[in-house]
Amino acid sequence: MWTWFHKLGSPPHFYRIATRLTPWFGWAALLLIVAGVYGGLYVAPTDYQQLDGFRIIYVHVPSASLSLFIYVNMALAAAAGLIWRIKLAHAIAAACAPIGASFTFLALATGSIWAKPMWGTWWVWDARLTSELVLLFLYFGFMALRAAIDDENRADRASALLAIIGVINVPIIKYSVDWWNTLHQPATISKLGKPSMDSDMLIWLLIMLAGFMCYFVAVVLTRAKAEVLQRARDQKWVRQALEGK
Amino acid sequence: MDIPGLGTAFILQVRRDLQLAFRHVGQLANPLMFFIMVTTLFPLALNPMPRLLEAIAPGVLWVAALLASLLAAEGLFRQDVDDGTMEQLALSPQPLALMLLAKTVAHWLITGLPLVIMSPVVGYALFLPRDAVPTTMIALALATPILNLVGGSMAALTVGLRRGGGLLSLLILPIVMPVLIFGARATDMAMTGVDPAGALYLLAALLLLAVSLTPFAMAAAMRISLD
Amino acid sequence: MENTSREDSKAPLLEAHDLELWRGDRRLFEGISLAVHESELLHITGPNGCGKTSLLRVLCGLTLPETGKVIWKGRQVARSRADYHSEMCYVGHRESLKADLSAYENLGFDLGLRRDAGTEVIRSALEEVGLTRAADVPSRSLSAGQKRRVSIARCLASKARLWVLDEPYTNLDVAGREFVDEMMTRHLQNDGLVLLVAHQSHGVAGHTVRQMEMA
Repeated sequence: MWTWFHKLGSPPHFYRIATRLTPWFGWAALLLIVAGVYGGLYVAPTDYQQLDGFRIIYVHVPSASLSLFIYVNMALAAAAGLIWRIKLAHAIAAACAPIGASFTFLALATGSIWAKPMWGTWWVWDARLTSELVLLFLYFGFMALRAAIDDENRADRASALLAIIGVINVPIIKYSVDWWNTLHQPATISKLGKPSMDSDMLIWLLIMLAGFMCYFVAVVLTRAKAEVLQRARDQKWVRQALEGK
Repeated sequence: MDIPGLGTAFILQVRRDLQLAFRHVGQLANPLMFFIMVTTLFPLALNPMPRLLEAIAPGVLWVAALLASLLAAEGLFRQDVDDGTMEQLALSPQPLALMLLAKTVAHWLITGLPLVIMSPVVGYALFLPRDAVPTTMIALALATPILNLVGGSMAALTVGLRRGGGLLSLLILPIVMPVLIFGARATDMAMTGVDPAGALYLLAALLLLAVSLTPFAMAAAMRISLD
Repeated sequence: MENTSREDSKAPLLEAHDLELWRGDRRLFEGISLAVHESELLHITGPNGCGKTSLLRVLCGLTLPETGKVIWKGRQVARSRADYHSEMCYVGHRESLKADLSAYENLGFDLGLRRDAGTEVIRSALEEVGLTRAADVPSRSLSAGQKRRVSIARCLASKARLWVLDEPYTNLDVAGREFVDEMMTRHLQNDGLVLLVAHQSHGVAGHTVRQMEMA
C-alpha cells in the first residue's frame, strides 16, 4: 500500500498515469453530459409547479455539489501535501482551486437565472446561494494567497494551511447561514432542488452529476500534469516525456 | 537545563506586549477610534432618524467591530517579524503556539476589550434600546477574541508578504462570517425581546473552538512565514 | 588548520546529514553534511547568495530542509525542538531587540523564556560585554556595535552551548570585531560550540577551528 502510495507520489509516474487516464474521463464526461442534457431537457417530465423552469437544476445541482466536493478534495490534497510533504499533492490542490471556483460561480449564476422567473429577482439571500457565495470567497482567498507568495514551496504550505482552516469552517459557515436564513425568511419560498423528486427526473440528474464528476477528474488531471511539468521543468524525465510524444 | 513553565512564559509575553503597547498610547486607540468613526458614518450617510438608526444599529455595530478587528490584525505580528524578535520567539524553547496565543490575548486586551467597553456609548448614539446593551456587550466580549484569533492566524500567514495589501481581509472575512451572523443576531434578538441565549451559546462554542485550534494554526503559519 | 583525528574519539554534538534546500526553482545546496564537536568552531564561508544564511537557518530549525536532518546530541532536532532551542542561541542579521525597551528589559524577556535565572545574570552578562551604562536606555539609541554586544550578552546569559552567529562582524569597527573574537574564544574554552558565517576571516586561533567552503 505504501509503496504504491509513494510510487504515485513520484511526478514521472503520476504524469504517465494521468496521461493515460485523462482521455477516458474526458470521453466519459462528454457522453454522460450529452446523455444527461438530452434526458434532462427532453425526456424528464415537466414539473407541475415550476413547469420547464426547473430544468436548470440539471446544471445547477451538479455544479453546486461539485463546488463543495472539490473544496473538500482540495483541502485533503493540501493536508496530505503538508503532512507527508508530497509535492504532487500540493500540485493537485493548486489545480483544484480554479476549477472549484468555476463550478461555484456556475452554481451561483444558474441559481440566479433560476431565481429570476421563480422569485422575480436575480438575487435572493437564500441560504444555499449565500453559502455558495462564501465558498466562492474561500476559493478566491486560496488563489490570492498562492498568487501573493513567490516561493513555490512556501506558497504550497501556506495555502495548504489556509485550505485546512477553510474546510473546518465550511460546516460552521453552512450552519450559521442556514440558521440566519430560517430566522429571516418565511418558509413559503420553495428551495432550489427539492429533495422530493420523481425518479424519472432524478435519474438524469445523477447522470449529469456523474458526467460533471468525470469532467472534473479529466480537467484536474490535465491541470495537475501542467503543474507537475512546470515544477519539474529542468529535470530529465520532463524532456523525455515531452519528446516521446 | 530547567525551562520555565508554560504559565510563566505566557504571562511574560502578555506583560511585555502590554508594556510595549503602553509606550505608544496614541496608537493604542486607533482601532477604537476607527470603530467609533465607522459607526458615525452611518447616520451621516443615511438619515439620523431614530427609527431607522435603531433598525440598523445591530448591523452597523457588528460590521464596525469586525472591520476594526480586521484593521488591527494587520499589525499584530508585523513589528515582531520586522525587528527579528519573532525569530527569537520561534527559537525559544517555549511552544510557539502558546506564545502567539499570549500575543493575541495581549492584542485583545488592547484592541478588543475597548470595543466591548465602548459599545454602550456607540449603541446609545445609534438609538439601540437599552435592553439590548448587556447582551451586545456579552456577545462582543465573546466575539472579539474570535475575531482576533482568526485574524492572528491569517496575519501569521501573510506577515512576510510584500504584496499582502487587501489579501488579509480577503482571507479573514469569509472565515469570520458566522461570528458576525451570531453576534448581530444576538443583539437583534435582545432588541425584539427574544431570549438571545442560543446565539450567545453558539458564540461561546465558536470561541472555545477558536481558542483550541487557532494557536496551532498561528504557530504553523508563522513557521511557514519565517521559513 | 584542520585536525580531526583528535576529535574522532568523541561523538559530535551537532550533526547534519545530507541537507538539501530549494528556493523557488533554484537549488541552494544539496548533500551537505557536517559535524561539530565540543569546543569547536565551524566557519562557513562562500560567495554571496550561495546559501550560507539559509544553511544556518536550517541548522537552527527555522527553515525546513527539502531532505536531510539535523541532529543535536544524537536526537533529531525536528522531534526535540524545545531541548535543542534551550541550548542554542542565534544571532541573526537583525538584532531582535525591541527598540522601545532597554537592553536590560529585552534580555529579561528573552531569558525569562529560556531558563529560571535572576536579574543578576542579565546584569553580569551585560557587564561582561561592556554595557553597564547603556543597559537601561531604550535600545533604539544604541549603536550597531552596542546592539551586537547585547546579542552576545543574550548568548552568554542564556548559557547556550551552541552559538549560531550569522555575520557577527557586519557594521563593527576593529575594537568590536576583536570583542566578538574574544567572546567566541572564551566560549570555546568553556566547551562551547560556535557556528559562524562570515565573509571575513575571524581572529580565533587554535586547532579547534574548521572551515567549510560553500560553492
